[in-house]
Parts: sequence; structure tokens; C-alpha cells
Amino acid sequence: MRETEVLVVGGGPAGLSAAIEAASFGAKVTLVDSDLALGGQLIKQTHKFFGSKNERAGTRGFKIAEELFRELKDKEENIETFTNCTVTGYYKEDGVVSCVKGEDEYFHIKPKKIVMATGAQERIIPFPNNHLPGVYGAGAIQTLMNVYGVVPGDRVLMVGAGNIGLIVSYQLLQAGVQVVGIVEAMDKVGGYWVHAAKVRRLGVPIYLRHTVKEAIGERFVEGAVIQEIDEKFQPTGNEMKVDVDIICLAVGLTPTCELLWQAGCKMAFVPQLCGYVAQRDKNMRTSHPDIWVAGDAAGIEEASSAMVEGRIAGVGVAKALGYGTQEEIEKRLKEYHGRLADLRGGEVGAKIREGIALCSVECWEV
Amino acid sequence: MDEKERLFNSGILTGERKGAVKPPQELWETKKNGLVVIECPQRIPCNPCHTSCPTGAVVPFKDINDQPQIEYEKCTGCARCVAVCPGLACFVIDLTWGEDDKALIKLAYEMLPVPEEGQVVDCLNRFGEAVAKGKVVKITEPMKDKTLVVHVEIPKDLVMDIRAIKVV
Repeated sequence: MRETEVLVVGGGPAGLSAAIEAASFGAKVTLVDSDLALGGQLIKQTHKFFGSKNERAGTRGFKIAEELFRELKDKEENIETFTNCTVTGYYKEDGVVSCVKGEDEYFHIKPKKIVMATGAQERIIPFPNNHLPGVYGAGAIQTLMNVYGVVPGDRVLMVGAGNIGLIVSYQLLQAGVQVVGIVEAMDKVGGYWVHAAKVRRLGVPIYLRHTVKEAIGERFVEGAVIQEIDEKFQPTGNEMKVDVDIICLAVGLTPTCELLWQAGCKMAFVPQLCGYVAQRDKNMRTSHPDIWVAGDAAGIEEASSAMVEGRIAGVGVAKALGYGTQEEIEKRLKEYHGRLADLRGGEVGAKIREGIALCSVECWEV
Repeated sequence: MDEKERLFNSGILTGERKGAVKPPQELWETKKNGLVVIECPQRIPCNPCHTSCPTGAVVPFKDINDQPQIEYEKCTGCARCVAVCPGLACFVIDLTWGEDDKALIKLAYEMLPVPEEGQVVDCLNRFGEAVAKGKVVKITEPMKDKTLVVHVEIPKDLVMDIRAIKVV
């Protein structure tokens, strides 16, 4: 059976950061990702990131991924990477993790410590005909366009005006696809106002207090009906038919936490973090003494925060394994906690701060 | 909620707000090369307009969530912030440009096709409506990161309306 000091599950922004950070202390890391390439959602992000210089603000997401890949390569003697490799189970009895690489290579690995950076899953909303080809999640649209260079369709209805809905609308426009409108159930856009202004000035209407009522079509999407809703989310009777061949759902994400459940980590349902999340201490350690969590798996947030959380978890596992001097560890933790506090500091971070308060513990009893 | 607020909530600036103010008119009328107009009316964790500013015109942030504040005397209209801002919320507007009824706007452009210098393009307002024709004067790529800064000659009376271009 394979053995490793640190197993990082998930090679997105949080997992990459955790692996790099732990390896920088000398820990032997195994990084596993189910996708064909590392980078998670970062490789699809063609827009520039917000934040500060430390968080590489003003840099496009896929460029940030490239920078992380370079850091990973610098530490390659300490990091073994498996792509196209899915972690299928955690066995509580002996702490063994099972993995499937490709279609048929099955193996076990026994890590001393694990960082779960499994990311998130897209939510789907129910409406008649939502099974038709042409109804996509926003992640799939981004994968088609920005990873494979495939235009998904000609005319898009975007459902949801959070950051993902707004940004993907902008990316669709960049690809020459028409966005006929964005519907948003709330009375204001959920994403950054500037992202909304960006698509508005290119002629995309944003219909607040509207939702998709149904998709139209026999074999594939040939249109959609959108409807106005009131503050109790009940239809007002005002409806409009829109001529689209794509309905793109950007209605939120929920943390991917099956492995944390399997490991018996104490979980909490935190609406502000968009689902069940592991309870954690300040340095992202769960109730299981050998398991840390980072990124969207720990609560839905921006990639910038995910990267810092990954760094913190990386320091945490390195420390638990006895790497690093106390001074170095404290220095880095202080820096990372400061950056995280900055990112979560404003009004838009209020919800995240509330959510984290609901699943944080001061420290776990040893 | 009134119509103005509803529009604002959908991404349309309606009047001045904190983080989205006009430069002082007197200085603006005489400042060669233009002054920055930033439209960032929401507190979000972001500060590249400040960190990229070579003259300190976008003053240091106490908190990264602060909205940009500008010392207009220091602004040289260099448009680095235009190129850097991830929200495409920075514009430079030069009221001294060209004939009396003209002005120059420097705006970020990340679409295809790329216009050519001298080309006449549609100028779009905050709703994306074509409200005027404008002549592309110059195109730069300050950060060499595919965000172009396009300098467009526009009617002076529309400087607070035109916020995008469309190549037609």
C-alpha cells in the first residue's frame, strides 16, 4: 500500500495552495484530482480577480493557476500528483483512502494527514423541461468555452445574477454569444455591482424579481418562459417568452463533503456557507485530528479566500507533522489570517463571517 | 423601492454615490490628458486601482474594502487603473480634447473584434444603447494582458453617459 505524509484531495485553488504550503516545510505530499488537469475552476476563469496584490488582484484566474503550477513544480521533489484520479472512500477503521485512477487502476493510500479540498457542486433548480439538452450549469458552459473552445449555443438565458452568473454572461459575450437576459429572484444582483454594470453596458438586461418558469422545446431547448415573482417568490402573473437555445443555471453552489461525512467529521448545516460544512478550528482542522478542510468544501466563497485557506491548512498539517519552527509557523499563520480577514472584511464578507462563526471551534480537545 | 434604486440594483449607476463621483468640474475642464472617473459604488475587497497608480492619485486604502478616493490634482490620466481594474470600473475622460463639443474617453475593452485606430464605432450608454458614434483615436495594451485601453473621441455632452463601445 502507498503511504504519504499528507494527502491533499482536490487540485483546485485550495488544494494546490495546501500542497505547496505543506511541501514548502518539507512534508511529503500526494495531491489527487479527479479531473484530467489540475487547477479546478481556476483554469476556466478568464476574468481578472479582485482582492489585493497578495491575492494577485488584477490577474486572470487561469494565469493564477499557471503561477500555482510553477510553485508546484518548484517543489516537485516533495509533491507527487495524480490527475484523473478520484478518491472513492475513506475508511475510518484504519485511515486508508481508496482511489481510482482512470477507468480501472484502483489503489489504496495511507496518509498521516489529509487536507480535503474537494470544492463544490452546482445547484440545479426544478422547472418543467429542465432535462432538455441546452439546459446547462454555468460550470459546464465555462468548461466548454474556456477549456475546450466550444461555443455552447447562440442565445442564452442566464438564471442567477451572482458573481458566477454575471461573469459567465460576460464571458459568453466575449465568445460572441448573445445573452438575451439575466433573471434574478432577489431585488438586487447578488454578485459584485461592477460585474453587473459590465454586462449592462453591453446591452444585457437584468430582470430582478424574475425567474425561469419553464423551458420550451421537444428534443432540445427552443425557448424559455420567464416570470416575475413577488417578495415571497410567488408568481405575479407577468410572463415573457424569450427566444433562446441555452438556459444557463448559475443558482449557487454547495460544498462537496461526502468524504468528510465518511470520516465522521462533525458537520454543521450553515446556510451562509451554502450547505453542510465541517466544523473547524482557526487553522482549518476538523473534529478528526488527522483531517483538515479548505476552500469551497469548507464553505462557498471566492477563490482568493480558498487559496489562503489552503495555505493555512498546509501550515496546519506541516505543524502537526512536526515540520517548521514555531516562529516560522506563527509568522506564516499570522500573515494568512490577516489576508483572510481583509478579504472577508467588507459588507460582502458579512455573510461569510456569520457562517464561519457558526461552524468554528476555538480548539479541539486533544 | 423606487425605479432609480431598482435600476441601481441591476447595475445601472443613477446619480453620484460614494465611490462613484465626478471630478471637480473646474479642474476637469482644464486638465490635459484627462482625469479618472471611477464607478465603484459598492464596498468590495479590491484595491488594484490604488496599487497600480503611479502618482498616488488613488489614495491608499485603510481597509481593502474601502472605495477608491481620488486626489484629482495628482491624476495624470495615464489610464493604468483603467487597464488593471477587474471590475472595468475606471475610465479616464479628457474634456480638453479636440474641438469644443468633443471629449476623449479612455475605456477598457476586452471584446472582439478589436477596432482599428481611426475607425468609427458605436458608443454605448450604461444600458448598452448606442447613443453616438465615436472615432477610435488610439489603442494601447498597458499591462500586456489582453485588456485593451481604447481612446475614443465622443460628444462632450455625453461624457457621463457613454461607458462602452461596440465595433460595428
